[in-house]
Amino acid sequence: MNWGSVSAFLAMGGYGGFVWGSYAVTAVCIVLEITLLAARHRRLRRELRGG
Amino acid sequence: MTANKINWLKYSSPATFYPLAGRLAPWFFVAAALLVVAGIYVGFFVAPTDAQQGEAYRIIFIHVASAWLSMFLYIIMAFWAGIGLAFNTRLSSMMASAVAPTGALMTFIALWTGALWGKPMWGAWWVWDARLTSELILLFLYLGFLSLQAAIDDARRADKAGAVIALVGVVNVPIIYFSVKWWNTLHQGASVSLTRSPSMAATMLIGMLLMALGFWMYSIAATLLRVRCIILERERNSEWVGQLQELRQ
Amino acid sequence: MSGPGLLDAVRCVAGRDLLAALRRRADVLTTLIFFVIVASLFPLGVGPETAMLRMMGPGVVWVAALLASMLALGRLFASDYADGTLEQLTLAPQPLSMLVLAKVAAHWLASGLPLVVVAPLLGFQFDLGTDALLILLASLLLGTPTLSLIGAIGAALTLGLRGGGALLSLLVLPLYVPVLIFGAGAVEAGAAGLGATAHLSLLGALLLIALVFAPWAAAVALRIAVE
Repeated sequence: MNWGSVSAFLAMGGYGGFVWGSYAVTAVCIVLEITLLAARHRRLRRELRGG
Repeated sequence: MTANKINWLKYSSPATFYPLAGRLAPWFFVAAALLVVAGIYVGFFVAPTDAQQGEAYRIIFIHVASAWLSMFLYIIMAFWAGIGLAFNTRLSSMMASAVAPTGALMTFIALWTGALWGKPMWGAWWVWDARLTSELILLFLYLGFLSLQAAIDDARRADKAGAVIALVGVVNVPIIYFSVKWWNTLHQGASVSLTRSPSMAATMLIGMLLMALGFWMYSIAATLLRVRCIILERERNSEWVGQLQELRQ
Repeated sequence: MSGPGLLDAVRCVAGRDLLAALRRRADVLTTLIFFVIVASLFPLGVGPETAMLRMMGPGVVWVAALLASMLALGRLFASDYADGTLEQLTLAPQPLSMLVLAKVAAHWLASGLPLVVVAPLLGFQFDLGTDALLILLASLLLGTPTLSLIGAIGAALTLGLRGGGALLSLLVLPLYVPVLIFGAGAVEAGAAGLGATAHLSLLGALLLIALVFAPWAAAVALRIAVE
């Protein structure tokens, strides 16, 4: 284990903003991509069913 | 006497690939999740603090993985586009179009994490080092492919035109990278280079590899999902779509 | 009786395009004027300090030449596409890549060469010395044909599409980067006393590669656009 405490983990030696900023944006991008794809698929199925 | 070899070619039609992609995608998501969790565990809890860069270096676990994927996916995209152009197969071209947005996203992530890594390390949100600059140009290449396909209404023309630009791009990427490296070394004496990575402890390398594999699995999963959407959009008038179970109540 | 030979066809296509360019001198002149205006904008944007302008000069002139060259690309295939000549060219017995090469050569003579000729004047605006100007001339001479060749691929791909000019830029500018780097770099290397031979050789190599591959790729793109 590298971290003494949760707050040390979050602080990342002072670089917390940069590290978590990176991971957060990446996570958001991935979630966004999947959500948009799922929505696109749902919309298509709805159109094809109804039409 | 049935064939005991799987006839892979049977999956080269949109009609047969659609359900296959649907069955495969969840597995790739699971693989991605496991690998990424393992990678993050190794990256944060096993790999030591870097002597020169402190904790900020932990960004490389995403930065390097996404950069590798961005380049790998471009080659994959060009490959499928080329197959579609050469053999006139619709599904190959659909795969190329399906890979592109994910590739562009990986490039964006590489650039974003590169900036967030550069700021604490070199004091600037953007450094014109060879790899970041090449990534930027790669993003333009992806956007060019996507824009060209978006501007063409006829699907087959879009497939083939996209293939030409993708193949021209893939041939040019080494030339562009070489010229940017040249430009970078000539202009900066004491070069600020993100490619001068921290001295790699074995655990750091393992973490990077796990993340890269995880991103790869994720990219495959996202591509499979997207190609299903593309197939439905383009094949919507064909009989097999009408027969699809999931469209019947 | 056999049809016209390859050389005749090439001469015919190139000659026709050159004649058309001669008749529509305004088009050629607007490209040139654009070149001059863009290059002149930079000092207005960054200030008149001579030392800085001398340093920026090669890059600015190169970028301006690049943009002007790209603007002119729209004319390469557009009129032939509109009046059906292009379709005839694709049906011709001569290899389409050779006919494309002829068109690009004519296009460069009308649009690219003038840029090369005017560039030294712009070099004066940036207080570049004679040696630097000579290298600039050489680099543009080697580089602008490459830009036309690469640009032809983009022009062929975007024929008849909405968003034409901007889309063409997006496709073609990333591919221009190596030419820009070696072209502007040649002048800077010369100014720094390192000698421009390496850069100019690389420019020459890029030109050769473009001569071999670009007409073929553009021909493929033309068939896709026309069919």
